[in-house]
Amino acid sequence: MYAIELDGVTRVYQKYSARHRFQTFKSALVKGDLFRSLKPDELVTALDDISLQVEKGMTFGVIGENGSGKSTLLKIIAGIAKPTSGRLKVEGKISALIELGAGFHPEISGRENVFINGIMLGLSKKEITQKFDEIVGFAELEEFIDAPVKTYSSGMYMRLGFSIAINVNPEILLIDEVLSVGDAAFVPKCLDRIDDFRRRRKTILFVSHDLTTVAKICDKVAWLKDGKIRMIGEPKRIVDAYLQDVTEKQEEDFQERKVQPVQAEAPAAEPLPEPAPKPAAEDEKREQRWGKREIEIRKVTLKSLGGEEKHVFHPEEGMVIEMDVAAHKPLKDFVFGIGIFNSQGISCYGTNTNLEDFEPLSISGAGKVTCRIERLSLINGTYYLDVAAHKRDGYSYDYHRNLYSFLVSSMLKDVGIARLPHAWNFTPKIKFKLPGK
Amino acid sequence: MVRLIKNLRELYRYRVLIQNLVSRELKARYRGSVLGFLWSFFNPLLLMVVYTIVFGFIINSRDPAFNSSPWLYALYLFSGVLPWVWFSSSSIESANVLMTHGNLIKKILFPAEILPVVTLTSNLIHFSFGLPILFIFLFIFGKYLTIYVLFLPLVVLVQFIFSLGFGFLLSSLTVHFRDIKDILGNLLTFWFFATPIVYPLSFESVQKSGVLRTMLNLNPMTHIIGGYHDCLFYGRMIRWRSLGITLIVSLVLFTIGYAVFDRLRDSFPEEV
Repeated sequence: MYAIELDGVTRVYQKYSARHRFQTFKSALVKGDLFRSLKPDELVTALDDISLQVEKGMTFGVIGENGSGKSTLLKIIAGIAKPTSGRLKVEGKISALIELGAGFHPEISGRENVFINGIMLGLSKKEITQKFDEIVGFAELEEFIDAPVKTYSSGMYMRLGFSIAINVNPEILLIDEVLSVGDAAFVPKCLDRIDDFRRRRKTILFVSHDLTTVAKICDKVAWLKDGKIRMIGEPKRIVDAYLQDVTEKQEEDFQERKVQPVQAEAPAAEPLPEPAPKPAAEDEKREQRWGKREIEIRKVTLKSLGGEEKHVFHPEEGMVIEMDVAAHKPLKDFVFGIGIFNSQGISCYGTNTNLEDFEPLSISGAGKVTCRIERLSLINGTYYLDVAAHKRDGYSYDYHRNLYSFLVSSMLKDVGIARLPHAWNFTPKIKFKLPGK
Repeated sequence: MVRLIKNLRELYRYRVLIQNLVSRELKARYRGSVLGFLWSFFNPLLLMVVYTIVFGFIINSRDPAFNSSPWLYALYLFSGVLPWVWFSSSSIESANVLMTHGNLIKKILFPAEILPVVTLTSNLIHFSFGLPILFIFLFIFGKYLTIYVLFLPLVVLVQFIFSLGFGFLLSSLTVHFRDIKDILGNLLTFWFFATPIVYPLSFESVQKSGVLRTMLNLNPMTHIIGGYHDCLFYGRMIRWRSLGITLIVSLVLFTIGYAVFDRLRDSFPEEV
């Protein structure tokens, strides 16, 4: 038994050019092209031939990047927007948490708004009277319910909106990102309510960017991409595939960004006129390179432990920093170092051959220096990499400051600077449902 | 046509919502003002005073139609201005109503046609608050109400259908052409004077010019306002023929207005 059935649903939006947007009735009349000008210049397909079934009692997640058509899909199911073509069948009363408190009138009291909003959402006056205390209680607005809604804070506004919508007692609940605006105390309460819905075998359609919650509460997930269903199925699998795709895209972005500075640096084969680092200027300018390049770092590559070039890493993954170096004359005093900084400029880790008591003997000609990090153990975020070749007393041969960056990306939301390797253990009386099960 | 009837039935289903939205409009309108609802009485009263001073004493229009009495003239004016204000303010509000309530159309499943209905109805209630004031003044100046006042609801109904058709047309077209708001303001001023409100149809210059008479007769508001004059000011039988034809015209306008509204309906969530 399906609660929601979509069959080849397509939604095309009309896009007007800038010229058209300023077209007015007058000019339309003057030019006599009133009807012609109502035709769009371009069509944008927000949803392209979507077919899916949501079984009754299922919690169905929809994920995807911004602009992938998630909200359009929800609006079509809610009946707010109409499909351009295709068939839609919805069975049961729908309540849509798309924008909370959308129908509130600021001048009148919360009490009156509860009634009007409730009626808009399909409740009868009697039902609202019965549920009134529950609605107000859930929103924790007992004291303020007779004050005009314009005096409410945005949190109060949202709580009241959520409380009404959830008390409509729908058979199908559509949720679009609304939980992202609640405060730390209210969100768990909302999630509790949603859980309660699931237990009562109501159908929920959940659109969110919060992949952890999606993977946790959904029975089935669809991944939308460019208005099409890219994948549909078991939540963990879909979320992982989606993450993989996002990672690949980030990787591409990094590749593109990376090309620029390297190209700019490339012609500087001769020693730069300004050798010594200036500490003051160093702070101002994040990306820098200095040194006379007696030893030149010609290329820096980030690789996986397997030797594949990449820029987006999982925290549990390892990384190989590979430097192509060349000594323009034989030298006996040299140190190679690396430093990893997070986006706030905090040093996460730094080391060099000297600190680790490697005694330099000789270098001549071209060669490779690699630093193999078995496990990154960093938290999510963007990191910048310094690499350097210098003398033991600090004189720089070639110092690259913040010229390279990489991304650490995972679903985990732990905090801090580093992800210390750890494991949780509990005695038998402390029980948990393990993640991902 | 079948769709129209089906949608109208749908509209009836939403009567509780309409009722609540109308009362919300009325409450919100005077929220925060000291006199509150009393303004619904004071506004027409003050309007009546202004018209009496200007047209009765300053311009001193002593048409024989009013026994050369400025007070009677003022009453004539007032019995026409009151329904006109209902018409013009609902038209102006209708032109904006989809935009001001854009949130409802965009964010929740909401039958948009309710909005012009709510606008028209809440203005109807304001209009009806003005009626007792009119009745009192009619009484004071010896224009006692007659049995024909019973036809008033009929005239109101014709105006309601006419204004609603106009409201549907305005509200849906303004979504695409915002200029209508400005055009409308000027159109209404012209329309006001093209309707026998400040002058009677029996005015000499009107009667003499056949073209002018035809023009006035082609204006549906002429017959609607005429209906108010008949059953309130003159205390005589309404003119069935002219009002009957106006009713048919109103129904046609309503059908066209609704058809346009229905046709453009799907574009509202994107355009408002």
